[in-house]
Amino acid sequence: MRGASDRSRPVAAGNGEAAPLLRVDDLSVDYQAGGNTVYAVSGISFAIARGETLGLVGESGCGKSSLARAILRLVAVSSGRVLFDGVDLTQLGGAPLRQLRRRLQIIFQDPIASLNPRRRIDDIIAEPLLIAGVADKTQRDRRIDDVLTAVGLDPALVRARYAHAFSGGQCQRIAIARALILEPELVVCDEPVSALDVSIRAQIINLLEAMKARYGLTLLFIAHDLAVVKAVSDRVAVMYLGKLCEIAPTEALFQHPAHPYTALLLDAIPRPDPDAPIPASLAVGEPPSPLAPPSGCRFRTRCPRATRRCQEEVPLLREVAPAHLVACHVPLSSAGPEAPRPR
Amino acid sequence: MRQAIQAAEAVGAGTPPLLSIESVSVELPTRRGPLRAVDGVSLSLAAGRTLGIVGESGSGKTMLSRAVAQLLPASACLSGRVRFDGQDLTALSPQALRRLRGRAFAFVFQDPMTSLNPVLTVGGQITETLKEHLGLDGAAAVRRAIELLAQVGIPNPEQRLKQYPHQFSGGMRQRVAIAIALSCEPKLLIADEPTTALDVTVQAQILDLLAREQRRRHMAMILITHDLAVVAGRTDAVAVMYAGRVVERAPTRTLFRAMRMPYTRALIAAIPKLDAPPHTPLPAISGLPPDPTRPSPGCAFAPRCASADAQCRKAAPPLKAVDVGAHQFACWHPLAGAP
Repeated sequence: MRGASDRSRPVAAGNGEAAPLLRVDDLSVDYQAGGNTVYAVSGISFAIARGETLGLVGESGCGKSSLARAILRLVAVSSGRVLFDGVDLTQLGGAPLRQLRRRLQIIFQDPIASLNPRRRIDDIIAEPLLIAGVADKTQRDRRIDDVLTAVGLDPALVRARYAHAFSGGQCQRIAIARALILEPELVVCDEPVSALDVSIRAQIINLLEAMKARYGLTLLFIAHDLAVVKAVSDRVAVMYLGKLCEIAPTEALFQHPAHPYTALLLDAIPRPDPDAPIPASLAVGEPPSPLAPPSGCRFRTRCPRATRRCQEEVPLLREVAPAHLVACHVPLSSAGPEAPRPR
Repeated sequence: MRQAIQAAEAVGAGTPPLLSIESVSVELPTRRGPLRAVDGVSLSLAAGRTLGIVGESGSGKTMLSRAVAQLLPASACLSGRVRFDGQDLTALSPQALRRLRGRAFAFVFQDPMTSLNPVLTVGGQITETLKEHLGLDGAAAVRRAIELLAQVGIPNPEQRLKQYPHQFSGGMRQRVAIAIALSCEPKLLIADEPTTALDVTVQAQILDLLAREQRRRHMAMILITHDLAVVAGRTDAVAVMYAGRVVERAPTRTLFRAMRMPYTRALIAAIPKLDAPPHTPLPAISGLPPDPTRPSPGCAFAPRCASADAQCRKAAPPLKAVDVGAHQFACWHPLAGAP
């Protein structure tokens, strides 16, 4: 029943017109850990339109990486559906899944760990082509040269070298090249810049934006850094303890956060500005364990606005402004006169 | 004018500094030859003040803090002097240094899980320090440990004392590490990326806690971080490091408003801004930091700097002062500074 009502919602696609490239429908991921069940992702639904970048933010343990991996079927899905271009990935296996997976790629947080240090860059980037059955060596070589040039590396200098010879930023460029070599449609970026230094981070963000334009990519961009997410996203979704709190067009979310958790996240970011006021007191406490999430709204234990209803009833995502959805019984007024935030 | 006053304030004019780092260099042997991790750094810090040290990985900020505490790897070669509270730490015996650590200066590290002992209770680790350095007996040490845990914001300190580090969340563990660091009332706290491993909502709480305890105890603090946003609101002065050297040092407000070193400006510009609309291209710094085992004779930033010329590639610019001496920078072609 909930699934049916989900489907009629504007979550379906960012632009509300064309069918979304990716639709996640009531997705859950549980893990068994020492006799306990960790509810990493609990009934999440959203959609990403073709060509759109959806940012996904949340603190560690909120389930954002589990969600990313579940979309690619790198971890088992407990329930729900992942529709990629209309095909339910959770129902696929074997050859059909492998075929479809060429159109989805992932970039991980730790670029050094995601490349085998003892393999040549040439082999690392050629492997997807070999698996995809590109038998012609000349064609492979041309495509490798093209993609390396696109990510800002000189093929003549890097192809014969081993992955261990490169710095973190260079490794991330190589990982991006490997993700793009099969010209995928959807790229899931799981904290792609959080392991990088500030000066390198900006290079990689700009590169991802350029690659998105060049290859016509659709991105799911996961990060804990809200400023990074804002820089690249058309819409942003906020996760807390396995649930979606809020999803909205980027400017709307940053200007008028409706969920108290989104507002807390925004207040907590340190500004690179010595005159920015430091918020007097932030909502206290830390996220509870995902082993035993609170009843009702999972944020209620840290929420200054929590009421009795928040304890008893799980808030569902509902629309508070066009394309702006929030799962909160007592949302911050999102279009009212007092809503515009000072920063 | 206002800046000059602020600058004088920031160095703690008049009083001799609590800490003075004088031409400190640290060299580490590597397979590819000696690596100059810290290259002729001089800095000072007055009692009760906070100095931010900002740099990217490999800039030497952590090695410099280890040099201050004489906690370098055995193979490291240190030159220069570190004066703390009138004593030359580089001339002290290991025994004398051991007595000073904890009471004179203490550390908070990035990862509380590795700085705490996983097989000892939290209480055991705090009371150990109190007994060793302050000579408290068992009961007094436990009472003091409970007070300390309460001060750093740990609920139910009596019960928590009996628990092990793995029973604490990341933020709570960092609070425990701070309680241990504060236990002997150090005059200087060196916090090395204290919030880098923590979530953003927890980070703000830990930074608030450090600032509060620092004010309350009139303790000096060195806050080491890669994140300029962390030092912006919470330090009196900032030193920016690049390739082992301090390339700019200024009162915090001056650094952000009137930086003179192109690297500082580029670093601040490269941070994504919350008030910029989505898809605004970031002014990235091109290229990569230099290989520290292959130092160049000139300015280390020259290969990535838009205003670099032949002079920059030939000779490294010295760290020089302007005005009253609080604002120093190492650049042959400094930016205009204050508008």
